[in-house]
Amino acid sequence: MRLLVLVSTRKGLFILASDASRRAWSIEGPHFLGESVNHAVLDPRDRRTLLAAVKAGHLGPTVFRSDDAGRTWKEARTPPAFPKAADSSQGLSVSHVFWLAPGHASQPQRWYAGTSPQGLFVSDDGGRNWKGVEGFNAHPDRLKWIGGLQDAPPDGGTLHSLAVDPFDADHLYIGLSTGGSFESRDAGASWTPLNAGVAADFLPDPDAAYGHDPHCMRVHPAVRDIVYQQNHCGIYRLERGANRWTRIGENMPKDIGDIGFPMTLHPRDPKTAWVFPMDGGTVWPRVCVGGRPAAYVTRDAGASWQRQDRGLPAEQAWFTVKRQAMTADTLDPVGLYFGTTGGEVWASRDEGASWECIRRHLPQVHAVEAALAG
Amino acid sequence: MKVLLPSPLASYTANRREVEAAGATLDELLRDLDRRYPGIRFRVIDEQDAIRPHIKIFVNREQASGIARRLSPSDEVLVVAALSGG
Repeated sequence: MRLLVLVSTRKGLFILASDASRRAWSIEGPHFLGESVNHAVLDPRDRRTLLAAVKAGHLGPTVFRSDDAGRTWKEARTPPAFPKAADSSQGLSVSHVFWLAPGHASQPQRWYAGTSPQGLFVSDDGGRNWKGVEGFNAHPDRLKWIGGLQDAPPDGGTLHSLAVDPFDADHLYIGLSTGGSFESRDAGASWTPLNAGVAADFLPDPDAAYGHDPHCMRVHPAVRDIVYQQNHCGIYRLERGANRWTRIGENMPKDIGDIGFPMTLHPRDPKTAWVFPMDGGTVWPRVCVGGRPAAYVTRDAGASWQRQDRGLPAEQAWFTVKRQAMTADTLDPVGLYFGTTGGEVWASRDEGASWECIRRHLPQVHAVEAALAG
Repeated sequence: MKVLLPSPLASYTANRREVEAAGATLDELLRDLDRRYPGIRFRVIDEQDAIRPHIKIFVNREQASGIARRLSPSDEVLVVAALSGG
């Protein structure tokens, strides 16, 4: 068994590899040296195909595909791109591909991609050719949902947290920063906001239907209708049936708060999830609270949270963990991984009870994904 | 005509920095270039046919403002990727 940790960075892609013991890690790469890699994902359906969202500083965005888990790469023939507008000054242009998501297990060649600015794209040939999901990209309310340039994060608005309901191939979830969480039950033809119960402290309407800022939303891979999100304004859990999120971050220690970027779920237990809190006080430093990094775990669906910092720096550590930069493997006990803006990758073999730095001196980490290779 | 390319595009041309392509306009030239080196056009020109930010294209040392610029067979086209960033 070969366990891969895909580390996407601002200057290339690195592939860490280990076995089931997760005690020794090799490193391979960089792939795409000097190019910004926002996300790389190994296809869980064949455990061999690897897609990477790549952009060189001044060149257009694209997607690369590997059929052999990263040994060789081929660029998409038709990368994600918006349609050419009749008035080209009004047309949209993809700045970068931000998020890649494999399709449902029943659709082995399907992939989805989310872009900046907020756009949704689909491929039905394993990532070689992409086309827009016009049900979202041309939706008459899209601009109303995402707002203008002044509403976008500094690196541009993004469509992220793309997920396919593992129990329904037509049921899609997306997160828009900004814009909020949305779902489609008809494979992207129509979309509904999914933000009830979520705070948006930056909007005047406390019950706004859209305009929120979900940092990272995760759909449970094994238990139907369980969704979590780390939002700009708190941590939430949703059990479908009810369409109203519960702010489980209210149960975090008050001196830590419930602001952060990633959200990581246990692959089997729907009541267990991890966050990595960031400082959301004063001017929003968005670094480890107090310079003392820690993950927090809940094992009771958010009713309580426990600090997990054994092995992590005890003081003066001021990195940020980005929204895609924390993940879990599927082994037992679950392994956890996170990457920092300071170029470190940390791992835990015991569900967060203790941590070890498995790689230093990499470029700024954008995303971390763990996967079993075939 | 002669087309000079910057190093970020060398992966498309087997590391050749000087290539040949044909066209009566910059648009046609870039499409011909893309036929010879698939994918290269979209790295330079976006989906609205605008030259991407930080990319400059010169025709005989004169900067082109857009891809409608007319060309003659004796022209020399230079594509430059600016050095901004870090």
